[in-house]
Amino acid sequence: MIARKILIAVFGLLLASMGNVYAEARSGYEYIKPATRAMQDDDFENPGLLTVERGQELFNQKQEQSGKSCASCHGEAGETLDIKAIARYPVYNDDSKEIITLQKRISRCRSGITDTALATDHPDLLALETFARNRAKGETVNVRTDGAVAELLKQGEALYNTRYGLIDMSCYHCHDMYPGQRIRGQTISQGQGNGFPAYRLDIGEITNLHQRIQQCLNLMRAEPFAADSDEINLLGLYIMSRSNGLAIETPAVRY
Amino acid sequence: MYNEPLLSAPGTCRVSLSIINPVASIFLPLLLILSPSAGLADTPVTMPPPESYCQWEVKDYAIEKPLCGLAGDASRGKAIASDGSRGNCLACHQLPIDGIEAYGTIGPPLEGIASRLTEGFIRLRVVDTRQVNPMSIMPGFYRDPALIHRPGKPYLGRTFLSAQQVEDVIAYLVTLKQ
Repeated sequence: MIARKILIAVFGLLLASMGNVYAEARSGYEYIKPATRAMQDDDFENPGLLTVERGQELFNQKQEQSGKSCASCHGEAGETLDIKAIARYPVYNDDSKEIITLQKRISRCRSGITDTALATDHPDLLALETFARNRAKGETVNVRTDGAVAELLKQGEALYNTRYGLIDMSCYHCHDMYPGQRIRGQTISQGQGNGFPAYRLDIGEITNLHQRIQQCLNLMRAEPFAADSDEINLLGLYIMSRSNGLAIETPAVRY
Repeated sequence: MYNEPLLSAPGTCRVSLSIINPVASIFLPLLLILSPSAGLADTPVTMPPPESYCQWEVKDYAIEKPLCGLAGDASRGKAIASDGSRGNCLACHQLPIDGIEAYGTIGPPLEGIASRLTEGFIRLRVVDTRQVNPMSIMPGFYRDPALIHRPGKPYLGRTFLSAQQVEDVIAYLVTLKQ
């Protein structure tokens, strides 16, 4: 009987020690090297700012068909954009029953002033996405988690917890079990979305969250989910919802 | 092809295992991958066709027989263990190899591993560590390719390492005595 109580106590302690895997959200900023932080914080050193500038150029570019630019409605520097709304992306449209990323929202808005549609993650759309998200820098991520979204988040979590590829790991394995530990010289983060689009030092490019997920799956020697597929939209939604409460850092600098 | 729903209860997996077999709860080791440089870019353009897969048998938490009956070579194994595009054990483990600037801290250090574990047990940990810990982050270096979920096209039908490479790595690991 006593042995049984001891056993239960040991179980309890073990389970309690697991609690730290559900720790509160911490930005990737806390896991990068001090030099990388300094680079992110300095507007002259942060290479992502070039993409923000490129995005602003495109934002102000008048389209031939309409003679209008994004700035015609939203102001040269996007002054009239609703930054609280930007912080809520990706959003869910209850009527069309679809997840709408910030980039998709921009793409649809853009289709009102030009017939020239751009493919998902086209560099111009990525630049516009980076520019718009950068307007909301400092706002806290505020993804909806209730109503119809709650069910989608469960699906996203299931994808997050699934092993992929020859390396056969799930997102959970690195980003929930081992944040703070090192893989060779790099520190594993919680895989948060608040810094994206982010400038990536390893590839020397800016990428949005969906592209980062695809690159991660490539690293796992897995077949990545296609752009704008249900899976990548669900994963992106779930990951960004985990970042609720963190400040938007776009463009963050990450490895 | 199956979709492994894994971790609904990470704690329980470990706890129950530690009851079944205390040895199994010693979180040990072996190689890994995951080098940031080990992405698709490292895939040779002309990869040899996949080798046929040899079945293996677990008994008492060990695989006693060498894969495909092959003999390993310790010096080749050491090279495979440190190579970022092959075994890349250093991604997660510390090894007693000179001149290594950075190693991972996810798995335990492997120095002296052969003084603590038998060859058959080490082989099981390298081949498919999930036989011991279903929640382990460590890839199985010689799992049945049919069990891999969504393998990238260049990796269809392949194991992580070849049977010969696994045996080479084991030949190296069994030299790590204290």
